[in-house]
Amino acid sequence: MTAAELNLVNQTLVLPAALPLDGGQSLSSVEVAYETVGTLNPEKSNAILLFHALTMDQHVVSAHPKTGKPGWWSKSVGPGKVIDTSRFFVICANVLGGCMGTTGPASLAADGTPYAMRFPVITIRDMVRAQVALLDALGIEQVHAVVGGSMGGMQALSFAANWPERTRAVLVIASTARHSAQNIAFHEVGRQAIMADPKWKGGDYHGAGKGPEAGLAVARMAAHITYLSEAGLTDKFGRNLQDRAAKTFGFDADFQVESYLRHQGLSFTDRFDANSYLYITRAMDYFDLAEEHGGRLAEAFAGARARFCLVSFDTDWLYPTAESRVIAHALNAAGAPVSFVELSAPYGHDSFLLDVPALDRVIAGFLNQ
Amino acid sequence: MSALRPDLAVIAANVAPGSRVLDVGCGDGALMAVLRDERQVDARGMELDPANVAECVARGLSVMQGDADTDLVDYPDAAFDYAILSQTLQTTKRPDAVLDELLRVGRKAFVSFPNFAHWKVRASLMWHGRMPVTRLLPVAWYETPNIHHATVRDFRDLVEAKGLRVEGAWFLSGDRRISDAAANWRAEHAVFLLSR
Repeated sequence: MTAAELNLVNQTLVLPAALPLDGGQSLSSVEVAYETVGTLNPEKSNAILLFHALTMDQHVVSAHPKTGKPGWWSKSVGPGKVIDTSRFFVICANVLGGCMGTTGPASLAADGTPYAMRFPVITIRDMVRAQVALLDALGIEQVHAVVGGSMGGMQALSFAANWPERTRAVLVIASTARHSAQNIAFHEVGRQAIMADPKWKGGDYHGAGKGPEAGLAVARMAAHITYLSEAGLTDKFGRNLQDRAAKTFGFDADFQVESYLRHQGLSFTDRFDANSYLYITRAMDYFDLAEEHGGRLAEAFAGARARFCLVSFDTDWLYPTAESRVIAHALNAAGAPVSFVELSAPYGHDSFLLDVPALDRVIAGFLNQ
Repeated sequence: MSALRPDLAVIAANVAPGSRVLDVGCGDGALMAVLRDERQVDARGMELDPANVAECVARGLSVMQGDADTDLVDYPDAAFDYAILSQTLQTTKRPDAVLDELLRVGRKAFVSFPNFAHWKVRASLMWHGRMPVTRLLPVAWYETPNIHHATVRDFRDLVEAKGLRVEGAWFLSGDRRISDAAANWRAEHAVFLLSR
């Protein structure tokens, strides 16, 4: 299906006003790169704002400009698909701090050089604030739904808590209302790997040839393990050897799982900026929706009038079912209409992007109301 | 309401319009949908089977995946006008504790269950000496989810021991209402409305 048939548009908005940040600073001339699929109806009532996860971007349906791979949710978003773009107008923006066109640490500061580590530390709410500004620019007062998995789910929750009147429905998949010590710990391993790479140079590697690719690859490898279940890894690789009949008694990638992780790490460095990885993981670690609302999660949803749906996966140990239950109970306590379901899928956290028919039924059923 | 299972139809007809309801073990949401659409009820559900939860979500209902034995504790006191437990009491680990929880989260509770003292059940035991497999109890003893069978008389005893009030009782045989007379013999299903 061609871009014209999909009604697919990629563009960049320069926010007309400075964007205030939770850290106390503000950013001026913020650019927001976004993709839209489908047609906004004259009442501007059929928009779905889709929030992407940590290492994804606005290319939901369109092929990735650097890798050429299909959009990250092209399986589920399109005419007649689970999120039906013959009915809905889907918007997805690259997050603040990202590296695919929205302002981030690789963007040029006022002095004409990249921000690098001068970029302010941002939060999930800051990311959402930039996307609310995008809705303002598009003239969309209220969206039909906000939808997100993983870090996208955090943004959906933040949107619901802070801009409750601007959506009628909230769909959160494999996510959490706060980063746990274990979540922070894994992210810190990744950040330290980047910072330990001599090519990181305190973040000032932009324009200096190769950046901290080795460090970023290790960060990706560590994180990638958390996206998969133990059973999933065993099914896929077991103890199988990579293109060899016997162990080499060396430190080559003897095992298939090693080769796979090395490939995941290396290919990630082709499409992602190391400083963006630092800033976005920091934003996730800072996320604690209850903390922003006096320590009680139910308070965060006191003004919520939207319908909510929460989905977790039984093999997700990154954001396990218990985290979704906490959110569901808080919403119940706040009197919001909420559904929660734990689906069975073998793939761990990444199940939200993979082929899980039960998930499709829940998403379509919830959004088509 | 004719499409509803008979015990659910009894419940639907006796829920006050506009009330708040928690349907525990709500299945595919058939009762909740009728309560919402025909009686303007704010209905919430709890259901163990994820496929059923997905079906409810697709109907636009608000349903939490959860277990009646363990997850009612998450609801605040008197959060609902009615808590409903239809054809589920006999599958719980502790029916008495579940009954307490129902009447904590709901001001009133509808409870429906298959009557194990129905004459067909008695006849099966009497003449064959075997656990009955009937229309309402279709699964053999070793794989049935019904682990706590009760009779109408047993249930009344439990209600009395707990000091609960019976606000209404309905009895069904062959999907039709029957009188209260000799219900413990004649009723296949019973539906009780209880309060503290």
